[in-house]
Amino acid sequence: MNLLMTRKQIIIISVALFLIFLPPVALFGGKPYLLSLASRIVIYALAAASLDLLLGYGAMISLGHAAFVGVGAYAVGILHFHSTAAEPLFTWPFLFAGSNNGLVVLPLAALTAAFAALIIGALSLRTVGMHFIMITLAFAQMLYYFFTSLEKYGGDDGLSLAARNTLPGLNLGNPSHFYYLCLAALFVFLFFAYRLVGSRFGLVIRGAGNNDRRIKGLGIHSYHYKLAVFVIAGGSAGLAGALLANQTEFVTPGLMHWTLSGELMVMVLLGGLGTLFGPVLGAAVFLLLEETLAMYTEHWMVYMGPFLVVTVIFAKRGLFGFLAGDKGKNG
Amino acid sequence: MKKLVIGLCALGLMLPTLGFAVDPVKIGMITTLSTKGGYLGEEIRDGFKLAIDQEGGTLGGMAVELLVEDDGGKPEKGKQIAERYAQKDGVQIMTSIVFSNVAMAVVPKIIKENVLYLSANAGPSELAGSGCDPNYFSVSYQNDNLDEVVGQYVTEVGHKNVYLLAPNYPAGKDHLAGFKRYYKGTIAGEVYTKLDQADYAAEIATIRDAKPEAVFFFLPGGMGINFLKQYAQAGLKQTIPIYGPAFSFDERILDAVGDAALGVKNGSQWTHDLDNPANREFVAAYRKAYNRTPTLYASQGYDTARLLASALKATGGKTDPESLRPAIKKADFASVRGNFSFGNNQHPIQDIYIREVVQTETGFTNKTVKKVFTNHVDAYAKECKM
Amino acid sequence: MLLVIEQLLNGLQLGITLFLMAAGLTLVFGIMQVINLAHGSFYMIGAYVGATVAAHTGSFLLAMLAAVGAAALVGCVVEILVLRHLYRRQHLDQVLATFGLIMFFNELIRIVWGRQPLFMNVPAGLNKSIELLPGLPYPTYRLVVIAVGLLVALFLWLMFAKTKVGMQIRAGSSNREMIGALGVNINLLYTLVFGLGALLAGLAGVMAGPILAVEPGMGESILILTFVVIVIGGIGSIRGAVAGALLVGMVDTLGRAFLPSLLRTILATATADSVAASLSSMAIYILMAAILVWKPRGLFPAHG
Repeated sequence: MNLLMTRKQIIIISVALFLIFLPPVALFGGKPYLLSLASRIVIYALAAASLDLLLGYGAMISLGHAAFVGVGAYAVGILHFHSTAAEPLFTWPFLFAGSNNGLVVLPLAALTAAFAALIIGALSLRTVGMHFIMITLAFAQMLYYFFTSLEKYGGDDGLSLAARNTLPGLNLGNPSHFYYLCLAALFVFLFFAYRLVGSRFGLVIRGAGNNDRRIKGLGIHSYHYKLAVFVIAGGSAGLAGALLANQTEFVTPGLMHWTLSGELMVMVLLGGLGTLFGPVLGAAVFLLLEETLAMYTEHWMVYMGPFLVVTVIFAKRGLFGFLAGDKGKNG
Repeated sequence: MKKLVIGLCALGLMLPTLGFAVDPVKIGMITTLSTKGGYLGEEIRDGFKLAIDQEGGTLGGMAVELLVEDDGGKPEKGKQIAERYAQKDGVQIMTSIVFSNVAMAVVPKIIKENVLYLSANAGPSELAGSGCDPNYFSVSYQNDNLDEVVGQYVTEVGHKNVYLLAPNYPAGKDHLAGFKRYYKGTIAGEVYTKLDQADYAAEIATIRDAKPEAVFFFLPGGMGINFLKQYAQAGLKQTIPIYGPAFSFDERILDAVGDAALGVKNGSQWTHDLDNPANREFVAAYRKAYNRTPTLYASQGYDTARLLASALKATGGKTDPESLRPAIKKADFASVRGNFSFGNNQHPIQDIYIREVVQTETGFTNKTVKKVFTNHVDAYAKECKM
Repeated sequence: MLLVIEQLLNGLQLGITLFLMAAGLTLVFGIMQVINLAHGSFYMIGAYVGATVAAHTGSFLLAMLAAVGAAALVGCVVEILVLRHLYRRQHLDQVLATFGLIMFFNELIRIVWGRQPLFMNVPAGLNKSIELLPGLPYPTYRLVVIAVGLLVALFLWLMFAKTKVGMQIRAGSSNREMIGALGVNINLLYTLVFGLGALLAGLAGVMAGPILAVEPGMGESILILTFVVIVIGGIGSIRGAVAGALLVGMVDTLGRAFLPSLLRTILATATADSVAASLSSMAIYILMAAILVWKPRGLFPAHG
């Protein structure tokens, strides 16, 4: 075992430690509201990292990733709605009255989003390049308008949750408990995704991202591999959406709006494309910038915009690449 | 976050005479300053600020600190701001959310945590009926009020066949329901358009074809501008009169609509020409401070601040919700609307008017035509168990 | 029957406005292979500058000139400062940089012009309706918009088919090295093409000014529609832009016009209204997804 750590490892470990010890520090320092911000960052980090699987590894530029966040969030909202309303979600083939139990709701949210990703991906992946960007955007818009006009679940007004989901042994209403749940989800995802991209499966995906024809020339059906990644990323974004619904205790079609997809992309790029860990930094930087810039000026976007442009043009490797001083882009 | 620390200098001058130091009362304003609806929040904020400025940085003699933050029209963002106000700044009084969907995400939660909320605009039905709460006051209206008045007026005028138009979202359906509650004739057609739709040519052609006696529409903001301009261009304004709530006819929208809205009757609880001393003073001071005619949103912001001032004065400096609530409920202030009191659900009991868009030398504005409802109570008050 | 004709005209008019937007965008994509989300910002700039000039001078023609001039100028500056650095980069970088530009322009407009929407009047004399057929009045201004759109289409066709610049542009799109070797200043050519695209967007903006609310963020609603148009038509193809624009304009308009009454024949009125409203707002996205599944490169793929 090599006792010397690379810069990359040092950064990852120190950030992980920082995230793990944040709650006691914040509570001790008398700043509990920081935890709510930190939970948001961790949730967005999960969504952005899942998008990085598509953007950074499979070169699938999806401008509709927010749709899956929204589907995950609505799964939580709708299950909650039926668990409190008198009317069950469905009665056939068995009676299901909706649920507020995190053990049921969270996996179900991820699965629903993954299922949506399966359908959208299966159709979208027939196209490439700019067409792929646009067809993913089109599907996201479709869902956006669908939920906007879905009167039963609040439509454009959104859906309020009376309380967060329940989990045995945890009280999600407690900011620290909730924060650790989000953090655990993020860590599990990063670990899983890290193993995934390093596997043979990951090699095919990256190969297809770099040069799809060559992969096809090797007799591999890259379509199925890409679709699998699309579904994994969609499901993970759905989980992020489910957590977000719990965090804000509110669900709205705005979660599917294409600008949110754009913001997720920005987080990935700011942090470092194709690094999985970078988007975590990217999400933190983006949300903190938004928060602090807004503190000084209500016209914060006039600074954020050019900042983005400059980052894209000059800082190709993103924050993580810059910190790690690493030229490779393979996690 | 943009902090507007107002009147701290004035406070500094006063303190030595009082002989003790008091923390200013913190008021957390959550409102919409960006996106297309940004001017709504600007009006409310400016009206609210005017009341504070007039008192030299105090409300009811108490020094106040007004925190203002932009929710961007996003419920999620509004919730975040409210959380920070409560946890970081220790704010116990919040106000000024513009949109009902943001209000529904924020308000039920914060009033449970014993924060007082005074609405200066959004008045969703959920909070007027079974969801009413001692910590929630609507100083503006219940959302449907301005549609109800038009429904009543259209019936009085004698239209028997009216075409309805609203965006396809819950608020759109609520507003049409408000109209129908007082309208007695038949419905020629009822169309729900896409949210943020720009082009209404197809709907206008359908209206022409349906030949109704009048059209009632609820299309706030830019949607209303688009519709009014296109409706006038299609030459229908002369043949089929249109009506709507004040949301498409505030002075800042009228400037962008121009002639197309001239003569249109709309419903509102306030207009700048209402003849009472408080209103005359408000309109003059607002014009002087901001160089424009106040809209109804500005009047709501102003009334909210003045109501709070009256309560702070009555409690003699106590700022906890328990002391403030009964003082606010008395509504012992001179509203720019004239008659103003709170019903059992802590929503206004007030007069509601029909007004007409006119052109003056300063631009397009509204003129009060008729008081249609006197001491109007909203339809949800009886569902409130308070 | 008259109603159908009128709705077809409405669809045509919407299609033409979309075409003005799509022509510029598809040109830029076809030739420079760059995806530009900020195209809607040029539309917004055109509308704002046009409305301001019209308010101060009272002349619609001056407003038009100022609007297209300003949009073209901003377009050229954006190309030189930003887009030029992105031609050889991947689409993702282009999407992100131009997303940043959208944020910037929307906020800048709000700083310069304030929050409330601007007013722009219909030019004098066009504020009426013409009786096209007995019982079928149609707003004159909308007919003018249709005419301007057709003129622009004709102009673009002439330019590409008949002029030297047009041929250079076409050559540049299929082989950028060769055209450089022939001594054409490719940088200048690209700047001009981008400027032309921005100019067309500015024209669309100022033409829409009298019909629509001139407000911050107005560019995005039409931007998304424009993307739908060029993706349906085939990216990079002017012919495709025409077809896509007309198709989208028609489907959107006819869907809104006739879906409610069609559905009322099979569903209860309240259900029909709400289903029709949701369906018609999703209609063009459904159309786009269907076309791409059927023809992944659009109706008229530009090359190869």
